[in-house]
Amino acid sequence: MKLDLKKKKLREINTILQNLDNKTNDRDFVIVNPEGSHALCAGLNQEMKVLIKGHVGYYCAGMNQKAKVTIDGNVGTGVAENMMSGTVHVKGNASQSAGATAHGGLLVIDGDASSRCGISMKGIDIVVKGSVGHMSAFMAQSGTMVVCGDAGEALGDSLYETDIFVKGSVKSLGADCIEKKMEKKHLNKISTLLKKSEIKNIKPDSFKRYGSARKLYNFNIDNVSSY
Amino acid sequence: MCGIVGIYLKTKKYQKSLGKMLSGMLDNMESRGPDSAGFAIYKNESKNIYKFSLCINDLNFNTFKKEIAKKIKKSQLNQISDHVILKTNEKPKKVIKIINTNFPKVSIVGYGRSIEIFKQVGNPKDVVKKFKLNNFSGTHGIGHTRMATESAITTDGSHPYSTGEDECLVHNGSLSNHNNLRRELVKKGNTFNSENDTEVAAGYVSDSLSNNKSLKDTLTSGLKDLDGFYTFITGTRKGFAVVRDEIACKPAVIAETKNYVAIASEFQAMAHLPDVNGAKIFEPEPGIVYSWGE
Repeated sequence: MKLDLKKKKLREINTILQNLDNKTNDRDFVIVNPEGSHALCAGLNQEMKVLIKGHVGYYCAGMNQKAKVTIDGNVGTGVAENMMSGTVHVKGNASQSAGATAHGGLLVIDGDASSRCGISMKGIDIVVKGSVGHMSAFMAQSGTMVVCGDAGEALGDSLYETDIFVKGSVKSLGADCIEKKMEKKHLNKISTLLKKSEIKNIKPDSFKRYGSARKLYNFNIDNVSSY
Repeated sequence: MCGIVGIYLKTKKYQKSLGKMLSGMLDNMESRGPDSAGFAIYKNESKNIYKFSLCINDLNFNTFKKEIAKKIKKSQLNQISDHVILKTNEKPKKVIKIINTNFPKVSIVGYGRSIEIFKQVGNPKDVVKKFKLNNFSGTHGIGHTRMATESAITTDGSHPYSTGEDECLVHNGSLSNHNNLRRELVKKGNTFNSENDTEVAAGYVSDSLSNNKSLKDTLTSGLKDLDGFYTFITGTRKGFAVVRDEIACKPAVIAETKNYVAIASEFQAMAHLPDVNGAKIFEPEPGIVYSWGE
């Protein structure tokens, strides 16, 4: 079904997508003329495919569950924020805080993601074909971040248990984030995510692994300047 | 929160529709700043003519016209809403003195050989209509929609701020060291008309430019001297520049085509621009100065 934001209001379109009849088999949607609208496809909770043709605003596909949302354009702040499951695929660039606080699902960004990508991520897998900006994976708790380009300043600051893999350069590591040894299970993880993201010609062993030094987990007076 | 927009035309193609393009951008940024709005339009005119953008407030235009004719012999006045554009070949120093000493109700919004500035309290959609922005032509323009946070909702508190010839600045964010910086700039001989933080940033830029520093160098040293959150767009006679603080919480997105460069707080502000879907769209990186036309 084609949904046109020049003909229908944003709220009408979101209402249609959020309230699909459980029994319907019509689960393919194309949204045209998004023109930077905010919160488009937020709160979807059923299996469906949505293709958005154009650039969107903030919080696109936020809180997503089960749906596959593809954006043929750029996205604003907080794409797939708080996603629980499903897939969000951005064909352009993403603004800041992509995949913020998300618990699950897969976020693929074909272009670059700007600052704070994966901030406080709690289980989502994020694959960025380009580079990520400063403070990416800040306070990231769980899940995996794969960056095929470079990472900006303070990568993984105050990190918990997210695995970060970067192929290019890292401008600087944040507090308590260190480079770690790559093991076979990590290579397998990268390989699976690259495959899921349809990325070919990049070898898993060309990435470096970063994770938490686990020194900031408990309060220690010697670390007071790092908290 | 505020909305900032700017457009710089690289070619002559859209010069006649500059006002229309900018007013669409301001309309769409109403959600980020519903309490006041303003814009600056750059249009080159004769080398010897200076344009003064004046807000006459509740002063009667005809009275003002009569009075000004007595003080400035060769002058041409054009009224748009509560603003008047005064054109004259008298030097700025003289004109500013005449206005400040004889017309206490009139405030000088800006002046220069190219710039015209308009700003007012009210919904951006109404403000652009009142000032007939759709009819303006020019080479570049910047605009602002305000959601006041640190000073009152008044015309004086609205952007753009112009503190030097053909200069102006709009700001999304807030500065934390503006009182200190204002004191330092006042000591150097700068004057300010409001308590607003953005006016201090504009003053800082003008002060630096008057010391023969380039706009790019000025904004680069501003990264060190201005403490706070900001995305700035600064306009000069020749073009404009954009800079975000190094934390970069305040958004900005740039769309560049072969005919123009547009910048806005959100993409939706420029969704109506011609060929925007074919434009190169990117976010200005934190702490890096981007400039066009200089």
